[in-house]
Amino acid sequence: MALIERFQKVTDVTYWEGQIPMSYIYTVGRAGEKFFREMINGKIFGAKCNQCNLIYVPPRIYCEKCFERLEENYLEVGTKGKVHTFTQCYETYDGVRKEVPSIVAVIRIDGTEGGFVHWLGEVEFKDVYFGMPVEAVFKDKKEREGSILDIKYFRPIK
Amino acid sequence: MRRVAIVGAGLTKFYRNAQETPKELAYEAARMALDSCEMKLSDIDCVVMGTAPDAFDGVHMKGEYLADGAGAYRKPYMRHFVGGGTGVLSPIHGWFHVASGMFDTCLVVAEEKMSSAYPHPAGAFLTIFDHTTEQPLYPTLIWIFAIEMNRFMTTWGYKKEDIALVAVKNKRNALDHPSAQLGAEITVQDVLNSEIMAWPVNRLDISPTSDGAAAIVLAAEHVARRVTEKPIWIDGVGWCLDTAYWCTRDLYYPDYVEVAARMAYKMAGIKEPSKEIHVAEPYDPFTYKELHHIEGLLLAPRGKSVEMLKDGYFNRDGNLPTCPSGGALGVGNPISATGLMKIIEIFLQLRGEAGKRQVPGKPTCGLAQAWGDLMQVGTVVVMRS
Amino acid sequence: MEITDKMVAKTATKLSAEDIQKGKVLSVKWTPNLKYAWDNGPALGRYLAELKNGRIIAKKCNKCHRILIPPRMFCELCWVPTGEWVYVKDTGIVNTWVISYVDWKAGRLDIKGGVRPFTPAVIEIDGATKGMGILHLLNEVDPWKIYRGMRVKAVWKPPEERIGAITDIKYFKPVE
Ligand SMILES: [Zn+2]
Ligand SMILES: [Zn+2]
Repeated sequence: MALIERFQKVTDVTYWEGQIPMSYIYTVGRAGEKFFREMINGKIFGAKCNQCNLIYVPPRIYCEKCFERLEENYLEVGTKGKVHTFTQCYETYDGVRKEVPSIVAVIRIDGTEGGFVHWLGEVEFKDVYFGMPVEAVFKDKKEREGSILDIKYFRPIK
Repeated sequence: MRRVAIVGAGLTKFYRNAQETPKELAYEAARMALDSCEMKLSDIDCVVMGTAPDAFDGVHMKGEYLADGAGAYRKPYMRHFVGGGTGVLSPIHGWFHVASGMFDTCLVVAEEKMSSAYPHPAGAFLTIFDHTTEQPLYPTLIWIFAIEMNRFMTTWGYKKEDIALVAVKNKRNALDHPSAQLGAEITVQDVLNSEIMAWPVNRLDISPTSDGAAAIVLAAEHVARRVTEKPIWIDGVGWCLDTAYWCTRDLYYPDYVEVAARMAYKMAGIKEPSKEIHVAEPYDPFTYKELHHIEGLLLAPRGKSVEMLKDGYFNRDGNLPTCPSGGALGVGNPISATGLMKIIEIFLQLRGEAGKRQVPGKPTCGLAQAWGDLMQVGTVVVMRS
Repeated sequence: MEITDKMVAKTATKLSAEDIQKGKVLSVKWTPNLKYAWDNGPALGRYLAELKNGRIIAKKCNKCHRILIPPRMFCELCWVPTGEWVYVKDTGIVNTWVISYVDWKAGRLDIKGGVRPFTPAVIEIDGATKGMGILHLLNEVDPWKIYRGMRVKAVWKPPEERIGAITDIKYFKPVE
């Protein structure tokens, strides 16, 4: 007999449904604690590696390049940056069509290495360009909870 | 093949809930390992990561996520994963990289952060069972441990109160381990009186869930001799997987551990393991497991491990000390990091650097072993000074 | 080099579950929204279909002559395609078992409140090769009176409730 028997009818193809019934609570960690606490204050923090002479945003406890400790080197980096690259999204993370597409960008905070992903607001997609100066727009102070969502979006600097 | 030595080691504290992110834990262990042998990240040619199911940390592609914390920035990097057997597969995986001649140095890191998983990390195990024939019965990992323990006990006539001595021994040993989560002076009665989880398993028969990381530095002989006066050689490695149809196997004996052990013994030129191995770290996620593995590793005749345990044979000052670290039961069980913690314990014991945990008699040959997947994998490393 | 208390002291920061849940430290929550439909394939597809009929079916390896349950399309020992389908009995013996006070997520059962512990077992099915077991539950028996080698028989759901699942067998119970 063949290893794979041929199905005669499509109704012979059966399946079993299931899921992985887990949920998660992630602590934000030592560097994250600094980063997100400061976010409540409307500030963005980074960490400087003096050996490599660069600033990571978000901050980290270590430099991935030289492995130096950076916990003594947290510093405020301002809330302004530039659009490094961008796109417009028409679907949610799980594949559902959005009514209003959103603009997603990698924003590099001025004077720092790397960047982070966030939304762009108060701007039309056709007007976005590489290197566009943007600034963080925070939620009202009382609504902030120490989350990346404390920044509503970045908007062009007029 | 080139000779490969362990030249440095690092370990975080093990906690039920650590604040650090998985990356941060990996960094702390990796950094300590490099510092211990005065090496810099630039001295490392490649990085190997051992970490168990993504479902624990809750990070899919956990290996990739952990890479920078493990020192793998722009380096050749590989992640491996065989459930609880992962931590002892880690040095084997690194050994390949160096023994092959491909790399002179390898940083080996193992990390697990189980506290992220809710309602309980045990839930992640539901989905290791066959999704159609077993999962609908809602099995737990504790069930299959208990089911195996029962078979083991019934076969040899072992008693629960005797097996409980493993918890007494390991938790006591862990009092001397700086990373330990659950070091304690307890009695056999404490174990028997602790909450029944799934008979014959009581709460104190089980290792805790933990957050933690461990790391070692491997080096080829010419590098090892330069960086340390006390290299510890990886002289034998073995690993093996049994069928995933676990109900088909006779659970009283871990054949797959024996196959892995024989592979490692042959490579290390060991003829009589019970005489030639001076100190061992068999995997002890549950009390009976240490004995089950001691028999599978041929360190005790089948059906005799309990008698030897009662005689103190496996105590720190016994003929063959097992789990002098305190093991998973005492130090804690951040799955993959536990296996590598065991490797580190043998490394320290053979260097005479285990401090208060040092076993007497200047051991020169030791073994660490781990076990996992669906009760089916054995991983074994034999080390010599 | 010894690994000392001082060296490990700052490697990790101890928290309690409450520290996290009550927000002493910041955290992020996530529940993965993932579901799966696993194709049964020919072997398990037939196995489940026969369970719906109230029968247990196995498959034979023509090389090692084992009668394999659950049925599979290849023999994992001989590494060859398996041969004919073989009906086996819905009786068997207990190979090993456990008395569980916890559920799948380590939640405690209310044993003191009268909840019966789970008694899962590996059951060697009559008609399959000796030692071939499946995981299932035992019931209608005092958990503390289960023994190795106890003869048991499947208790089926009524035909109209069966859906083609391993749970079409409610549990196994002792028989004389
Ligand atoms: Zn740097
Ligand atoms: Zn066969």
